[in-house]
Amino acid sequence: MASNFGFSQDPHHMEAGLESPVDERVVLHSFSPLIKEASPSSEERREAVEMQDLAEEQDGDDQAFLSSSALVGRGRGRLGAKQVNPLVRARWSAATQRVLCSMPSRTIGRSQNAVISQCYNRSVRRLRRQSQPSIRDFSLSARPSIRGYRMEVTSEDEENTREQLVKNLQALSAGDRIRMLRAMPINMTEKSELRKLACSFKEKRPRSSTGISFFSRVKYYVIITLQHGWCSWLSFLQSLQLWQVAVKTIGGRFGTGVLSYFLFLKTLLLFNVFHFFVNGLFLVIPQAVNPPRPGAAEISFTGLELLTGGGYFTDTVMFYGYYTNSSLNETCQPSLKLTCAGAPDPAGCRGGDGATQMSYNIPAAYFFTTGAAFFVTCIILVYSMSKSFGQSFHIKKSRSNLTTKVFFSWDFKVIKKSSVKLQAENLCTQLKELLSEVNCRQVEKSQVQRLSWLAVHALAWTMCLASTLACACLVFFFLDEHHPLSPNDEASLLALPALVSSINLLQPGFFNAVAWMEEYDSPSVRAYVAIFRNLLLKVSVLGVLCYHWLGKIAANSKSLGLTCWESYVGQELYRFLLMDFIFTILDTLFGEFLWKLFSQRVLRRQRKPVFDIARNVLELVYGQTLAWLGVLFSPLLPAVQIIKLLLLFYMKKTSLMMNCQAPRRPWRASQMTTFFISLLCFPSFLGAAVCVTYTIWMLEPSAECGPFRKLSTMAMSGKSWVAELVNAHPKLAWLCWVHSHLVENPIFLFVVAGIFLIVTYFHTQVVDGQRKIIVLLQEQIENEGQDKKFLISKLQMAHEEKRSTSSPRQELRSREDSCMD
Amino acid sequence: MGTTASQLQKDLLSEYQELTFLTKQEILLAHKRFSELMAKEERSSPSLRVPMEKILTMPELKSNPFRERICHVFSTSDMKDGSLTFEDFLDLLSAFSDSATLEIKSHYAFRIFDFDDDGTLDCGDLEKLVNCLTGETEDTRLNPEEMRQLITNILEESDIDKDGTVNLSEFQHVISRSPDFVSSFKIVL
Repeated sequence: MASNFGFSQDPHHMEAGLESPVDERVVLHSFSPLIKEASPSSEERREAVEMQDLAEEQDGDDQAFLSSSALVGRGRGRLGAKQVNPLVRARWSAATQRVLCSMPSRTIGRSQNAVISQCYNRSVRRLRRQSQPSIRDFSLSARPSIRGYRMEVTSEDEENTREQLVKNLQALSAGDRIRMLRAMPINMTEKSELRKLACSFKEKRPRSSTGISFFSRVKYYVIITLQHGWCSWLSFLQSLQLWQVAVKTIGGRFGTGVLSYFLFLKTLLLFNVFHFFVNGLFLVIPQAVNPPRPGAAEISFTGLELLTGGGYFTDTVMFYGYYTNSSLNETCQPSLKLTCAGAPDPAGCRGGDGATQMSYNIPAAYFFTTGAAFFVTCIILVYSMSKSFGQSFHIKKSRSNLTTKVFFSWDFKVIKKSSVKLQAENLCTQLKELLSEVNCRQVEKSQVQRLSWLAVHALAWTMCLASTLACACLVFFFLDEHHPLSPNDEASLLALPALVSSINLLQPGFFNAVAWMEEYDSPSVRAYVAIFRNLLLKVSVLGVLCYHWLGKIAANSKSLGLTCWESYVGQELYRFLLMDFIFTILDTLFGEFLWKLFSQRVLRRQRKPVFDIARNVLELVYGQTLAWLGVLFSPLLPAVQIIKLLLLFYMKKTSLMMNCQAPRRPWRASQMTTFFISLLCFPSFLGAAVCVTYTIWMLEPSAECGPFRKLSTMAMSGKSWVAELVNAHPKLAWLCWVHSHLVENPIFLFVVAGIFLIVTYFHTQVVDGQRKIIVLLQEQIENEGQDKKFLISKLQMAHEEKRSTSSPRQELRSREDSCMD
Repeated sequence: MGTTASQLQKDLLSEYQELTFLTKQEILLAHKRFSELMAKEERSSPSLRVPMEKILTMPELKSNPFRERICHVFSTSDMKDGSLTFEDFLDLLSAFSDSATLEIKSHYAFRIFDFDDDGTLDCGDLEKLVNCLTGETEDTRLNPEEMRQLITNILEESDIDKDGTVNLSEFQHVISRSPDFVSSFKIVL
């Protein structure tokens, strides 16, 4: 009967023993509506599902069987004849259904007690990791995967599990306990009970009243106060979050894609604030407090300076030329050393012999500050790039995006009703498109079609590259004719920046027109190609400009009549930055506001213009590149960039709210954030860093202005400062050695690059190995799934057999009863 | 407001802060918004349940297609009517907050998508899910043929043990391929 397939006891025992910690009411509640729906009379069905008495199971089975077969009929009609899911075939008996829904893989998604037992297992693992048992403690027969980590104790009843969980929680440290409690997906009442139980253990410990001395009590008090202070400072900082309300409004209306642009803007703002802070503290303030001897002529302030950066601003802290090339000296008497520390006292104590000199070497400060700021920025960029790359990289590529789109593309942040409706429409369209793509994937192109596709693409690329080259040549020839010194005509200095900005504005329109005639496999490829073309344009224009400034002007500054070429380059970059901002304002005004009016009134279109995320981000990156290029020549340029970014935020936000709507295509926010940060890191920051390094190491500074005058290169200042330091304090000879061997020697760079390559190679091998293991594990899981199906159908067969043997017996009994009447 | 803030005692506040992913300001703001949902005279009792209809008037939940499922999942009421106490409300905000772990979010997302509460996502759940996503009106819904194809595709990709349903572990495995999930599964007051 029941014992022929190897289960231990007869089915009664088996079913009773399979009572797992499941809320029966939940099970019944979830299944009864299904059964109620399928059958006409609800009362019988409710009885059918009550399975307390096993003797009633007979009737229950019949009813459940009937109702579930009705369900099968309905299900078939809905899903068509193809059934992919044998385990959902509803022709199971009630007992089998009960077993099915009490399987651990299903209860974990449903019942609190199952979650508690899972958390208990996790706490055991955490404790075990802390205590690190040796391999010898485990029997040799245990599989290696079990030995350290997977020994999960199955507990008999729920109370026992809960108690053991509380005990484990008590054994953990306070921080771990809090983290574990927070990460448990159970409701608050349960959590606070567990916490109370876990913490009450601590209070039971007897307090020794005499043990703690006065000093340790004071020490504890101080530590606790400091911790409280630190926590409240952190929460204060968090509450100060810039633009929190604005970010929420934008996210609520436009979704995560458009929001990522504004978050990127915020990141750039933080970079510039850091740079400004460093520059201000170490360069601007010391120099501003001790101004050098005034120059020859006093230039008055006219309004044009704000645009050109020349005139009055030339001889201020803003540009390179203002900084002295000597040390700022503050001399103090030895007795007054403490009070004089840091206080500028130019007129006062001028000591004779025995007075200590506190000098602040401006050239060395300039060199080291710039270098340190760039180095820290580099580290922050590489770190955030690797972090976001790690988040968006998956080991196993999915074949289609359908699953992620259905499960995870709904943006819960969107709360405005019209936006929700728009999101639903977009999602429906995308799903339909993806489905049709999946269907048509097999369609192959013929030879002729492929050739024509190639020809069209080749033509488009040729046109784009030709136009980029043309623009670069235009800028080059304009630079040749454009004389740097026009003392009467300050406004003509603005001609070059205006030209470059208009190229940046109009050329992408040409690229869009060219892209119209091309056809792409997927919309994201189209977006990437557009971004790449724009990037190429900007890089080539910037390259021409940098060649002109660093190559021609720096080398021939005397022949061109420039006394201070660094200040001139700084002013040029200031003008470029400002022009870029002005053109962005114009573009927003004309491109978005007027276009919206035009399209709504004249063309009578329903939809507003779309906010072009890629183009706006490229603009931001371009602006930041200019700022980084110019910071060596103009230490206050980050401040200008900060003001520009602040104004840009509010302007873009207002324009967005009034004129635009969310893009139709979904914007995979995390992938794009990775892309933006890597755009910022590679062409932008790397290019700026290369230019700055070239300037510092190779170019000869101008002889009459700036902190590096009379040196052969700017780097010599650092070297000479280190040499001076070593002379004054011979113990620091190692610093000189470090400087000459690490900073100047190229072999160090080669070694570092070699180590980097080796580490990358190891990581790729590890990822390959992980991919293979994933394939093997998936096969194993499939096999386990087959086992599960086999066991469930055997269980069903056993049940049916039992019913078929006992039902004739019952008929016999009822016939006897009726006979007896 | 002064009076409502002082109603939440300091030890309760620190307990809530320890047990959820919310900061103190967020908890106080949640308390304020929750009290606004109750009538004035009910505000003093701490364990009062607010019925689902009132919760659904909040702007953050009003247009969300999953609003009823969210209330049902986080509700601890015996009558399964979706009413929330303040602690349930904090659980909700904590699961949807910025600093909640991926595991908590995936657990609750799974429970929200499990329309029949049986611990797995079967065809019926998936169908209801897609209908919720594509909107209420008839013209944005998928036709039955497309629906069937979509569900088959989803099950092919995410059902690893081929039992016809997506259980919690398979769901969490699918999440690992979508890093956008954490940023889109957020509700901020």
